[in-house]
Amino acid sequence: MSHSVELHDIGMTFGTTRAVGDVSFTVEGGEFFSILGPSGCGKTTILRMIAGFLNPTEGRIVIGGRDMAGLGPDQRPTAMIFQSLALFPLMPVWENIAFGLEARGASKAERRKRADELLTLIALEGYGDRMPGALSGGQRQRVAIARALAVEPQVLLLDEPLSALDLKLRQHMRAELRALQKRTGVTFIYITHDQSEALAMSDRIAVMSAGVLQQVGAPRELYDNPATPFVASFVGETNAFSGKIAAIEAGIATIETKLGVMRGRAGPDVAQGHAARLYVRPEALTIDKGGDNTLNATVERIDFEGAFALAHGRLDDGSELVASISSTDLSSAPAIGSRASFAFDQRHAVVLADG
Amino acid sequence: MGELYKRFGGGLATTFLALVLLWIAGMVLAPNIMMVDYALRPNLPPSQIGGPNDVYSLDNVLYLANEAVHRSIFFKTIWASAFVAFATFVVCYPLAFWLAQHATPSQTAIALLALTIPFWINEVLRTLAWYILLAFRGPLNALLLSIGVIDEPMRYYGNGGVLAGMIYAYILFMLFPIYNAIESLEKAQIEAARDLGASTWRIHWRVVMPHAKAGIATGCVFTFMLAAGSYVAPALLGAPGSRWFTEIIYNWFFEGGDWNRGAAYALVLLVLCLAVVLVTLKLARVNLTDVAK
Repeated sequence: MSHSVELHDIGMTFGTTRAVGDVSFTVEGGEFFSILGPSGCGKTTILRMIAGFLNPTEGRIVIGGRDMAGLGPDQRPTAMIFQSLALFPLMPVWENIAFGLEARGASKAERRKRADELLTLIALEGYGDRMPGALSGGQRQRVAIARALAVEPQVLLLDEPLSALDLKLRQHMRAELRALQKRTGVTFIYITHDQSEALAMSDRIAVMSAGVLQQVGAPRELYDNPATPFVASFVGETNAFSGKIAAIEAGIATIETKLGVMRGRAGPDVAQGHAARLYVRPEALTIDKGGDNTLNATVERIDFEGAFALAHGRLDDGSELVASISSTDLSSAPAIGSRASFAFDQRHAVVLADG
Repeated sequence: MGELYKRFGGGLATTFLALVLLWIAGMVLAPNIMMVDYALRPNLPPSQIGGPNDVYSLDNVLYLANEAVHRSIFFKTIWASAFVAFATFVVCYPLAFWLAQHATPSQTAIALLALTIPFWINEVLRTLAWYILLAFRGPLNALLLSIGVIDEPMRYYGNGGVLAGMIYAYILFMLFPIYNAIESLEKAQIEAARDLGASTWRIHWRVVMPHAKAGIATGCVFTFMLAAGSYVAPALLGAPGSRWFTEIIYNWFFEGGDWNRGAAYALVLLVLCLAVVLVTLKLARVNLTDVAK
């Protein structure tokens, strides 16, 4: 089992800017863990603190039960994959991969052998003598991973390594990364601002916003039970309706909004009489089928996305509503410009206190 | 060429070309051809110039080959210039690395200004400043004596003085090419190397220096050529034991009155410098065009 990574009340202040504050979570050994958030949320700062490039101004980082305070990046059981990959352009691929072994004093024959093994692992046999510049984006990606794995790290830190690739390749590399992680059993900590990437690959995800940890959980948990308004709106598409809590009963909150009374599962921290918002996913909305909660809207447009289409409705208070329609049901979709009733089951909506 | 004519029209483009050709012919080709001409002819009294004895020969070059003292000063100048280039590199590289990768913009501005200001003063005067600093009863000895590093004043004029004067004089020619080269190195590469466990030494040897190779070669070539052709530093800061080949050339022209032999000596120095430069570039696998950049 690979090492776990524990963050205890980590904080980082640059000058007068507080980039990260009071972040605590534990990444289990062998887990694929993502840190998700918009750019500038502090996720790269956290990764650089785990790697040892930055020293946290507060808190402790423990890897494999060992406090990392005072240890540099070269002394930690971690290896980092940089956003730019940072391959050494003047060294052939095999020297790139074996660079960490070279630094550890391995003989040339040993280094070459290990590099060839890793080239096999990443399905690039025979590419050892090429220069990194002669490889495609996806191949360079894999070389960067092999170079990091060559030093046999307990924890692999990945800083948005797929962001430079095109969509198709990115999806392919997601699957490959996931498979590689399963095969090697190394703990992966993966930084991304792409929520679908995080949802697809991770065992668990930490969502960050403005230097603050919002929620840690499995992908389904974040999606179905967001703990904060930020998580509800950042992870996946959602419709939000603000209002005031009228009653909470058996885990179901009744909220009074300008569009009428709605019901949904009560999230943490909701209290009667307080301002709150009800969140409902586009796929939870049905059109003209009836349900617990019904909203009437004018269908403004229907955007075809392939597997599904998004119906945009204009509500009576002027706000917008988005519902997804499976492509197979498109023929029965309402006409553009017509009135339709959008409905959702209260179990598919969540009510969170307005933060 | 076609581009030039297209952009500026026939008249202007022809004028530009003519000016460039005139410059090359008058400032580059003519003096060098004259030097070669002088070098290959014997030194004759005016009455015999153009006479039967005025024939081309390698006598002046052979004179240098057979003159043991001059020959040894010649080779010493070559290797000492190479050493000056190396020593200047050793001084400049850490500074260039710090400026390019670690210094804040304001630190860079201050450091570059501080390095540039002395170059507003004439090279002779700057060397004269070192002459004063390194004098037997000068400030350096006074300082070292007062803090107890040495017990009696030292003599710096000679090899040490010449080395100090030259490093100081050529520091910018080494610093800027290396600084420019290192500045373009992505910081993540250094971090990646460190993350993989490389020592500081290995990071520089395997990542930074290979990246900065063209800049390092450029700086070394500049410094070597300037050092080999230097006159002021050896003349002011040298001692009889640290004679520089340029001083011998100077003596043939202005003391010995033998311009032909002086030209021959200068020609040999030029050819050998060129050879050293080309071999260095070849070894470093850098093109002359990279240096020109």
